[in-house]
Amino acid sequence: MKASAFAYARAKSVDDALQLLAAHGERAKVLSGGQSLMPAMNLRLISPELIVDIGGVTELRGIAVQGDTLRIGALTRHVDLQRSAEIAAYAPLLAEAVAHVAHPAIRNRGTIGGSLAHADPAAELPACMLALDAIVVVLGAGGERRIAAVDFFQGIFQTSLSPEDLLVAVELPIAKGRVHYFHEFARRHGDYAIAGLAAHASVEGGVFTNLRSAFFAVGDRPFLAKSASRLINLVLTPKLLSEVSGHLGGELDFQDDQQASAGMRRHLARVLFTRCVATMLGRPELAGEAA
Amino acid sequence: MTTPTSIVVEINGERVEALVLPRLNLADFLREHLHLTGTHVGCEHGVCGACTVRVNGEIVRACLMLAVQADGGAVQTIEGLSDSGEVADLQEAFRNRNALQCGYCTPGMLIAAQDLLKQNVDPSREQIREQLSGNYCRCTGYQAIIDAVESTARSRRSRA
Amino acid sequence: MTASSEKPEALSVLDRPNSYIGKTVPRPNLDRLMQGRGQYVSDIELSRMAHVVFLRSPHAHAKIVKIDVAAAKRMPGVVAIVTGRELAGVITPWVGVLSHMKGLKSAPQHAIAVERVCWQGEAVAAVVATSRALAEDAVESVVVEYEELEAVTDMQTALDPPTPVIHGALGDNLAFERTHSVGTVDQAFADADEVAESEFIFGRHTGVTLEPRAVVADWNAADGRLTIYQGSQAPHMVQNIAALHLGLEEQYVRVVCKDVGGSFGIKVHIYADEMATYALSKLLRRPIKFVADRVESFNTDIHARDHRCKGKIGVKRDGTITAFEIDDLTGIGPYSMYPRTSAIEASQVVNLVGGPYITGNYRARARVVFQNKNVMCQYRAVGHPIACSVTEGLVDLAAMKIGMDPVEIRRRNLIADDAYPCASPSGLRFEKLSHHASLNKLLAMMDYDRLRVEQAELRKRNIHRGVGIASFIEVTNPSAAFYGVGGAKISSQDGVAVRLDAQGSVICQTSISEQGQGSESLTAQIVGSVLGVSMSRVRVILGDTDNTPYGGGTWASRGAGIGGEAALQATKILRRNILDVAAAILQSTPAELDIADGVVVNSSDGAPRIELKELARIVYFRPDTLPPGIQPELMATKHYLPREYPFAFTNGVQASWLEVDTETGFIKLLKHWVVEDCGTIINPQLVDEQIRGGVVQGLGAALFEKCIYDERGQLTNANMADYLVPMSGEMPDIDVGHVVSPTAESELGAKGAGEAGTAGAAAAVANAVNDALRPFGTTITEIPLTPQVILTALGRV
Repeated sequence: MKASAFAYARAKSVDDALQLLAAHGERAKVLSGGQSLMPAMNLRLISPELIVDIGGVTELRGIAVQGDTLRIGALTRHVDLQRSAEIAAYAPLLAEAVAHVAHPAIRNRGTIGGSLAHADPAAELPACMLALDAIVVVLGAGGERRIAAVDFFQGIFQTSLSPEDLLVAVELPIAKGRVHYFHEFARRHGDYAIAGLAAHASVEGGVFTNLRSAFFAVGDRPFLAKSASRLINLVLTPKLLSEVSGHLGGELDFQDDQQASAGMRRHLARVLFTRCVATMLGRPELAGEAA
Repeated sequence: MTTPTSIVVEINGERVEALVLPRLNLADFLREHLHLTGTHVGCEHGVCGACTVRVNGEIVRACLMLAVQADGGAVQTIEGLSDSGEVADLQEAFRNRNALQCGYCTPGMLIAAQDLLKQNVDPSREQIREQLSGNYCRCTGYQAIIDAVESTARSRRSRA
Repeated sequence: MTASSEKPEALSVLDRPNSYIGKTVPRPNLDRLMQGRGQYVSDIELSRMAHVVFLRSPHAHAKIVKIDVAAAKRMPGVVAIVTGRELAGVITPWVGVLSHMKGLKSAPQHAIAVERVCWQGEAVAAVVATSRALAEDAVESVVVEYEELEAVTDMQTALDPPTPVIHGALGDNLAFERTHSVGTVDQAFADADEVAESEFIFGRHTGVTLEPRAVVADWNAADGRLTIYQGSQAPHMVQNIAALHLGLEEQYVRVVCKDVGGSFGIKVHIYADEMATYALSKLLRRPIKFVADRVESFNTDIHARDHRCKGKIGVKRDGTITAFEIDDLTGIGPYSMYPRTSAIEASQVVNLVGGPYITGNYRARARVVFQNKNVMCQYRAVGHPIACSVTEGLVDLAAMKIGMDPVEIRRRNLIADDAYPCASPSGLRFEKLSHHASLNKLLAMMDYDRLRVEQAELRKRNIHRGVGIASFIEVTNPSAAFYGVGGAKISSQDGVAVRLDAQGSVICQTSISEQGQGSESLTAQIVGSVLGVSMSRVRVILGDTDNTPYGGGTWASRGAGIGGEAALQATKILRRNILDVAAAILQSTPAELDIADGVVVNSSDGAPRIELKELARIVYFRPDTLPPGIQPELMATKHYLPREYPFAFTNGVQASWLEVDTETGFIKLLKHWVVEDCGTIINPQLVDEQIRGGVVQGLGAALFEKCIYDERGQLTNANMADYLVPMSGEMPDIDVGHVVSPTAESELGAKGAGEAGTAGAAAAVANAVNDALRPFGTTITEIPLTPQVILTALGRV
């Protein structure tokens, strides 16, 4: 399983990378961490003519607080998210989620930019972006675009990125007093999830004032459950929660594959949602046997 | 189009200059160009862990890295970690506990275990199992490996 | 316990001072493996070596209409592109049948397909280039025109009239059928108070050795010699077969096995692409290297255990099992594998069902059918997991029907420990087993009663844990009854040559092979113990047909029992020879002398008389100083084969303790126990580690592993992300205990232990899952037990 031949260019800056991508378009692929790109190339699932290595573009590194926004550079590695004081303070959901990504050796190389651009429906970070209401910052031929995460992911391995674009950063609104929840069902540690949920909420007086529940690995892209909005500003009961979570099934085409049937994913999505709400509100009885 | 690229890498402390094709991955570079065959190839898609090496001090899958990406960096393989003595006590524990049978997973396993022990001096068995959950072993069933890592952690703590 | 005789030298070696036998000592020579300085086949580089990549069929069944290599030949680095037709002139085809498997039929198989491909992944052409990457590039430019044929992919309909027959000349898709009937089965079912039956379904799976299959074939045209570097478990078999099919004489083929990255039976077979590699080297007159990549491994390493077995059990209210009956169906590939055949697994299922139990009423039918899927053959614990899962699953079903505890029903039906020798319902002769002693030990180890209390407590909180027990018997130390009797060129005996060299080192050549289980160590331990020298002075040479006696190798758990006995007997002779010389030098008699720690000593008081190295010096350099007439012989060879029992049966029992999340279907393995009786144990740690490794392979089968084919015969999960092998995070700790019933056939008394773990692990897990789910009134007899399977059985999805 050896990759087919390609030319290699190491971008020295963002502009350099953009020029290379503009010149080669679809014939080129961006290499950041390589943890998704390399398996695909080794398996000859893709055979790009040119690899644009952005690993040395220092502008794309770094996690910084800018006012009420947390900006994470595209080259931020998963391990960096785990170690970052800023992430721990302002987006602990990411640190928790990224611990589920594969294994340490992968997390030492994989990047957030790569994960989002790759858009594997079973990946953790895309769902986290939805839960955190992130903006994906993209540079391309027409300059900068700022795309809401909910609009960025468009299908299996499909995003708003065109071949000439470079994802440079994500920006998350920093808000105080948020609670988060993350859980995924995977057969083995580090495996892609069969179903997963990343959630971010505000709870005041035992009631949700804001709730963003983003599912992953259940459909062809991460999705923000609209049903969640029905739980806002309400004192919840097990019955109500059960009824609302039952509506998840209607929101999405659940994926049917070797790991799980659509029915099973629908079932697990309900379990996740119920456990999420119960945990975030500190009310295990809401989940009944799902606690 | 696929011109060989010049790279300079430090391999186990030795400065190496090489001309490599871009598509050559780090595992194949180590094995075929440098004849450091201790880094093993098991799957070439990053799942089995047999190719685990250290790059700039951190463990990576050598099959998921291009040799050209290592340019300017420092790579340590099992041969280097053995010769420097860094994993001598871990290897001794492996020997005594028979934490290897065919030996094919062992280089990657030792490097991953050493990485764990550097970050956590008192890992629980569950933590050891989780940290090594990306290294496939078909022979041992893992328990002996967990035992050997646990006993090494214990003896390092007592020597500290 | 051992063959005894009056002379001290024949006293059991197990009783000698400083004996290594029964001791946990570290294996010698592990440094090279731990330092990454082993020599696996994939590490080998020879001058002018080229690499072969096989173009493989994307279709499960198709005629090869045309192969156009013109464009590919022009690509950089290409040395040659060879089709099946061209290669057929260099290497002859083979048929995987054995005469003692009555009625077994199969079609001739070529090294590379000629005219027709019969499974997705079968090689269609060989591209040889100066690197693997360049060969892969060229493969993409080979144009093959196929005419797709209908594929046979459902074993359940393989014999139906509308289903195409894969090999017309064979008449149908039935490779083999075996029936067995003993006792009065119908009467026994009629007499039963309860009858339970179920269909047991097993996921086809495969070995996934971490080192893929790899061969370096080196034909030296000047010498007329072929050297094959391969990680085979049976080097002499490979030598024999390679010579046979390449038209060479045996002495012109050498097989060298150095370090092997896992085998478990995967690397004991003859593979078409490996035979093609030998032939390519001969054709192209240069070394050729073939290393399967992981996708190829999934598509072409033998698969195993694709069975659907209907089982039925009759039981009386007092717990007496009246009869077992099975109807087993297994779907192999399009060819019976060579030379061990793909009928053995099914035959073993018939042999082993009901084995631990006293009932004499047993009826079985097993049918083996061809399919257009990858070939299937012996993989660790051949047939045992099927037989054990069916038997132990039926026993638990019977227990449930009469409301009896699963341990109690076993107590009432396992063969008594003092009932030996006796035979199984399938006619297998048991020398001495210990089912009850093993079960008692297991129950104590696991604190069975406490687990039941815990289970009951947790059930009240809606937490569902289960205990599963599985008794089993295991075939080890097989005689020629296994293969040789059917015409296979597979040796069932092994030999050891041992000698004392000039500086007092002991060089030992053995025909068994090493894949990490400890063959080298057990040999050195035996030689050191019998001779009276430190293991550190013993060098073991194995895995080289040029440099070892002729033998069978290591498979079917025979290394310790057969190879170990050969080492013991050879070393006894060497010891006697040394003492003869020593007696002559010292003007004493052999009976008055012994050897301890490398020194000839007085038997009576242990006083040192002469060092071995001194004796060796005299023998080799100063024989002129020896008394007249003496011809010292410091080398001895002995071969050993079991004559009395066709197999040395062992027995064991396993238990699984696990928790089922009934909301998600996920299973957590909490703990596992094994009590194993494998006779004399040479190195306790190595035996226990074999058991642990084997258990985890069985746990993989129970929960994770399945080769998923679609209805078109495409293997859809041929990579390590989609085919799930057990990793450390999900595996439990495994406690191992032993009962010891040595075999009287050999002086060593060792039976085999390599496969015991795999034989019973899945059965124990399945029984535990069903035990956990008892309150839900559901029984599952299908593995792997994925969350999907659990939730479906519970009616939640």
